[in-house]
Order: sequence, then C-alpha cells, then structure tokens
Amino acid sequence: MAELFWLIPLIPGASALLLVLFGAKLSRRWVAWQACSAVFLSFLLSAVAFVHLVRLPPGAPGLTKTLLAWISSGPFASSIAFAFDHLTAVMALVVTGVGLLIHVYSTAYMAEDRSYARYFAHLNLFTFFMLVLVMASDLVLMFVGWEGVGLCSYLLIGFWFERPAAAKAGMKAFVVNRVGDAAFIIGILFLLDNLGGSSFAAINEAAASGLLSSGLVTLVAILLFIGATGKSAQIPLYVWLPDAMEGPTPVSALIHAATMVTAGVYMVCRLSGLYAASIPASTVVAWIGAATALFAATLALVQNDIKKVLAYSTISQIGYMFIGCGVGAYAAGMFHLVTHAFFKSLLFLAAGSVIHALAGEQDMRRMGGLRKHLPVTFPVFLVGALAISGIPFLSGFFSKDAILTGAFAGGQYALWGAGLLGTVLTAFYMFRLVYMMFYGKERTAMEPGHSIHESPRAMTIPLVILAAFSVLAGYIGLPVFFGEKADLFGRYLASSVKSGSPHIAVSTEGLLVLLATVSALLGIALAFVFYRRTPALPSRLASRFPGIYRLLVGKYYIDEVYDAVVVRPLVRGAEKVYERFDLKVIDGALNKSAAAAGLAGKGLNFLQSGLVRDYALAFLIGAITFLGFLLL
Amino acid sequence: MVWVVFLILSFLCIGSVAAMIFSRNQAHNALFLVLSFSSLGGLFGLLDAPFAAAVQVLVYAGAIMVLFLFAIMMFNLRGELPARVKKARLALTVGLGTVLLAELLLAGRKLVLGSPGAGPAAGGDTARLGHFLFSDYLYAFEITSLLILAALVGALALAGKREGS
Amino acid sequence: MIPPAAFFILAAVLFVLGVLAFFVKKDLLTQFMAVEVMLNAGNLAFLALAKSLGKAEGQVIVLFVITVAAAEAVIGLAIIVLIFRQRKTVQTDELKDLKG
Repeated sequence: MAELFWLIPLIPGASALLLVLFGAKLSRRWVAWQACSAVFLSFLLSAVAFVHLVRLPPGAPGLTKTLLAWISSGPFASSIAFAFDHLTAVMALVVTGVGLLIHVYSTAYMAEDRSYARYFAHLNLFTFFMLVLVMASDLVLMFVGWEGVGLCSYLLIGFWFERPAAAKAGMKAFVVNRVGDAAFIIGILFLLDNLGGSSFAAINEAAASGLLSSGLVTLVAILLFIGATGKSAQIPLYVWLPDAMEGPTPVSALIHAATMVTAGVYMVCRLSGLYAASIPASTVVAWIGAATALFAATLALVQNDIKKVLAYSTISQIGYMFIGCGVGAYAAGMFHLVTHAFFKSLLFLAAGSVIHALAGEQDMRRMGGLRKHLPVTFPVFLVGALAISGIPFLSGFFSKDAILTGAFAGGQYALWGAGLLGTVLTAFYMFRLVYMMFYGKERTAMEPGHSIHESPRAMTIPLVILAAFSVLAGYIGLPVFFGEKADLFGRYLASSVKSGSPHIAVSTEGLLVLLATVSALLGIALAFVFYRRTPALPSRLASRFPGIYRLLVGKYYIDEVYDAVVVRPLVRGAEKVYERFDLKVIDGALNKSAAAAGLAGKGLNFLQSGLVRDYALAFLIGAITFLGFLLL
Repeated sequence: MVWVVFLILSFLCIGSVAAMIFSRNQAHNALFLVLSFSSLGGLFGLLDAPFAAAVQVLVYAGAIMVLFLFAIMMFNLRGELPARVKKARLALTVGLGTVLLAELLLAGRKLVLGSPGAGPAAGGDTARLGHFLFSDYLYAFEITSLLILAALVGALALAGKREGS
Repeated sequence: MIPPAAFFILAAVLFVLGVLAFFVKKDLLTQFMAVEVMLNAGNLAFLALAKSLGKAEGQVIVLFVITVAAAEAVIGLAIIVLIFRQRKTVQTDELKDLKG
C-alpha cells in the first residue's frame, strides 16, 4: 500500500479536474463529499506511507517513484519523480490532515456561496499543487508546485472577484510573488548550470562536499531565499499577505497560515545541506526572520481587523521558523511549522466562526462579550491564543522554545533576545484580540431578528480537533531536560535535515524556558491591563505618542514606499511602452495587414461575377489544362 | 454501303447540333436534338450495340426530349430570346474548343484505338448484356433504381409545390 | 467495316460542339440540352471503345449513363421550373445573386 504513495497528490488533482469540468452540474452535497473524500484518501495514504517510513530500519532511503521523464535536453534531464522521506512525511501529513479539517469546515462556511463547486475545485487544486511541492524530488518539479500553489492562492484570494478589493489583493499577491520567483528561477538556473541536475540529494551533497564553490553556494542560497521571502511573506516581500485576507477565511487558514506560506521554510529545510554550507546565507535567513518576526508583531498590535491581526501574526511566526533555520536548528523550524499549522489554522477557523456568527463582521471594535454566545468557539480560540503565546505545556511553547534554545546555543544572543521580545508582543496582541472579542461590553450592532449563534457542527468539530492538536502536538519534541531522547521529532527528522545545534546545559535550558514563560505571561498581563482593567489606556497612549501610533497604523508606510519607488515608475514605464510600441508597432502592423487583406479582396472581386457562364469557363479551362497535363 | 450509312448518320448528328447552336428558338432546339439523338441511336447500332441503340431512341430521343418540350411549352418564352454573346467571348470559346478537340483526339490515339479493330465485338448480343447487368453489375443496377426513385421524389418535392406554400 | 477510330473522332467532335453550345447559348434550357449532347458524345466514345476492346462492359456503362441522365434531366428541369416560377426568367445572365 505504501508504494502507492505517488497517488497522494494525484487524488486531489483528479478531483479538482472533475470539479472544474463538471462542477456546475453536480449537486452541492456531491461536491462537498467528493472534495473532502479526495483529501481524506490522500491523508490515509500519507499516514500509511508514514507508518511504512517509521518502520524502516534507520538509514534506509525513503520511498521514491519516477512517473515519467519530463525534460531531456542535452546534459540536463529532469523527470517527474516523487519522493517520500521523513521531512516530506511531516509536510504531507500536515497538508492533508489540516487540509481535510479545513475542507470539512468549508462545507459549512461556504454553504451559502453561489460558486460552491469552483471553491472546492480550487481548494482541491491547491492541495494537489502543495503536495507536488512537498513530494517533488528535485527543485524543478518543486518549482512547478511552488508556482501552482501561487496560482491557487491568487484564485482563492480573488475568489469573490466581484469585490474590487479582493481582485486587487489577488493581483498584488501574484505580482509580489513574481518578484521572489524571479530570484528563485535564477537560483535554480545557477544550480542547473553548475550541477547539471537539481535533485535535492545532489544539491545538498554537492554543497556539503565542496563541489560547489562557497561563493556560489551563498549566491544560490540567497537567491532561493528571496523566492522564499515572497512565498512565505518575509521582509521585504511580505506586503501581499495582509491583503490576502480578502479571501474566504478557510482559505486564509489553509493557504495563508498552515501550508503555502510555510513552503519557504520547507524549502530551506529541504536544502538544509546547502544552507548549512553557507554561513553568510544562514545569517541572512536568521536575521531576516528575526526582523520580520519583530516588525510584523509590532504591526499586529494596532490592527483592528481580526483577520489582519492573525495575518501579521502569521508573518511574525514564520519569521521565527526562519530564525530556527538560520541558526541551524532546522528540526526546530519544522517543529514550529507543524505546531503553527495547528494553532494558526485553529485561530483562523475560530475567527471565521466568529465572523460567521456576526454575519460578516471583522472589526474587533464592534465585537465584545461574545464569550457567552459562542460556547465552543471561545474556548478553542483561547487554546489557540495560549498556544501561540507560548504558555507552558501547549504546543507553541515547546516549538518556540526549541527555536530560541537553538539560537541561544548557537551563540546568537541577539537573535535570542529578539525572539524573546517577540514573545511578549505575540502574547500581547493575541490577548488584546481575546479581550476585545470575547470579554467586555457587547459592542455588536446586529440587525434585529439576527441573533448571534454558534456555528454548525461541521465547523465546530474541526475546531475541537485542531484545538486538541494545538495542545498535544508539542509533546513530540520535548526540550532536553525531559531526557536526551525526549526530542522525538528532532531524532525522527535527523535523517532528512541537517541536525545539530550544540547541546547546552540542562540548567541553562531551564533558565531559558523560565524567561520565555515569564515574557509570555508579561505580554498577557499587559494586555489584561490595557484592554480589560483600564480600557482607556490604549487611546491615552496613542495620544501621548502620536508619531509612533500613526507609524504603526500606517504599517510603517511600506506600501506607500513600494508604491512610489516600484509600482508607479513601472506603471508609468508600461504606459510609455504601450503608447510607443503597442499602439504604433503591434496595432499598426495588425491594422495594416487587415487593410492589405481588404485590398486584395477588392482586387480579386472581378473573379466573382456571379455568372454561371464565367464559372463554367473557368471550369473548362481547368479541365483542358488537366487533360493536357495527363496527356503529356 | 455501311460507310454511306455512317456518313449520313454522322452528318445528321453533327449537323443538327450545329443547327441548334445557330437556332434561336428553344422548341426548334429541342427538335434538332431529337434528330441528333435518333441518328446517334443509328450509330450505336452500327457499333454492334442494338440494345443501347433501342434505349437511346426510346429514352433519350423519346422520353427525355419530350420532357424538355413540356418544360419549354410551360415557360412559353416566344420572342424573348437572349442576345448573342460577344465576339471576344465567342473567339475564346472556339479557341478553347479547338484545343479541347485536339486533346481529345490525342487521347483517343493513346488509347487502343490506335491499333484498329480488335475483332468483332464480344458483347454484341443483348443476352450477354443482360447477364452482365444482373450478375457483375447487380448492385450498381439496384442502386440506379433507387436513384431514379430519389429523382422522382425530388422532382415532386421541388416543382410540385405551389407558389406561396 | 468502319474502324472504331472514326466513331471516336465523331464523339470528340460532338463533345466539342456540346461545349460550344453551352458557352454560346444564354438560356438555361438550351444550355441544359448542350450538357445532354456532351453526355451522348461520351456514350458514343464508350461504345466505340467497347467495340475496339471487345468488351461488353462499355455497353453496360452506357445504359447506366442513360439512366443517370434521365434522373438528372428530371431534377434539372424541376429546378429550372422552380427558378422560372420565382424569377420569371431562365436567362443565366440575370441569375447572378452569387456575385461577390
């Protein structure tokens, strides 16, 4: 059964194809069942393959399957080949597992939508491309998945394309990703030029053995990382993710929190050999991650749209993952990726449930006191908030701690400090959200006759499952003072990614954990003071420091700067090209050739006299010519 | 003696077609054609094809040309005859016709006609012809009957409708 | 005995006369008759060839040609009748709606 693992991506792909072709004719029930069971089958297969993988003796290679030769051009060859090793297994389980829950959630969340089949077709298609990305055994095929998920992201952000904001957000995501992808392609081309192939194993080996010069390794690693900053929304290409919240909320949970945006982290871990071989590139990765983690966290402090807060939070958390990768703790980065997938999709789905309950309201200033009305959503949201804040014994605590410990152990104290500060900010903005949404006075402005109601089962059950995982997922990677062998996850991944930040003393570790816990609690306490006890404090602070406040609300004016520096010159240049080249050369050529055809038609018009005799004469001449030809 | 008959028949045949070209009366044209086709029937007889000759006279000269005459009488186009064609076009047509004639004769030379007379015709008698029709050419024969039926129905469908219906 | 070549020459002349008649005449009916002349010339050539090759198939084909010509004449005349009913004319020069 495990050797059928190559079907994992193909099942949702086939389902997407069916839905695209026949979706309009199928009933909603059928569409929902088909889409969910396709992902469920993939999940089952992933689980089977995972069990197979775990049972293998240590050191044995994972599963591989070459489907067909794809490109064969001179010395360069690439085939469509899937691989399933330990790292892939983690991602495949997350993508199909979380994906399944989100599919189920969507059946209820999107129940009223007109384009039900289109939604599920795109969601299935996304699952297909994400699994291709994850299971590709070389960089070229991974890039196919990489672009495919970008396409699906575009389609789903702009799902309600009749809303101009959604259409624009989709376009922004697509264009910003293009910038990163350009660098990504250049990186791939460098590798192809120097290695003649692009399989991950070959790249990691070549980098480690010094086959590639260290300068080239650094160059390629940074180019690929620029691609990752686009896909994973890091500085400087993060600007598309907050706007991407225009898409349906389950989409935000699946694509823009749990899976696609973490593809960059996955890519870095997949090529851990390459990154480990270049200290400058790793440093860049770590510092970009740290800067993003802090930067996005400060922006999350002042957002009022609950989905935007979660979006900045996602950017910030992915920054943490990159810190982990940058300091060499790849397993910790992946660990945080997994736990983050659970608690962030939980938070998004719970937020979706709140939005659903309030008939589309997303502004937290018009919420409050929802605790009583949403008996399921409130506790699960609280679990998610506690997990992301890093409260002990929940998943986020262990994974964030693994990253911070890795940074500290690597001697990167500045990175560690930044991470710690980020923890305070994270806890603060998450509990700002909790207090504003669920506590205090009811500020909802509901129309009469529309009461606040808890969401249907199809939505709450996935929430509860995700909440359970948000609590429990951390126990697969316990810190070192639970014993040398407590870090199951790290040992499991050891065969796939570079491991080994140096170990530190148990007492130091204990101190680090304590500090992390204290900072998380500090953040929560601050939020409590600001938004529960003295709700006037935030506005007083805002008027005390108007400059900082405006800077934060204006999102550091990064969008405006990009607009002035990049977008507007480009648009103006494009307009010039349009006037000079498009109108004159291309349109001109077309108009002239049309005129030429018209003239030729007029010139030949006399042949069409409409007289039978003329036609017969032509026929006769033809017959005589033909007969003459036969006789010769 | 046979040559005399051949020459008379040929003259009648070609002469009546030529007269048709110069005549400006449709009814006369049709009658000229009857004459031409009848003499052709005689020529068929000279070629040891008595059955074909009989059919030629009965069907062509008889049935088909009578049909033409009916049509001409229906239209009743007396006095409305078209003008002659232009000289240039006439010259062009005659030129092309000459070329065509040369080509046809050349083609005839290339065929077995160049070596005269392969002996008496083997398929002269009608019995053999009938045998051929109902054995080797049975399918073609049956299909022809279908064709005639189709033509009958088609003619009714086309011309049978009254105006405005 | 008359050589088949003589018949063939006669057929060729008859065919060319038919062609000339078709191009010189300007009314549908006479042009249609010219077509019949060409068909007959073809028949004559078939019979001449049958005689010279000593094969009866030539005669069989002549019978088929006559049958098909009969069918064709019926349909052709029906069409001409139809055209006359609608246009009140059988002059081919006036029927030029296909002019491009």
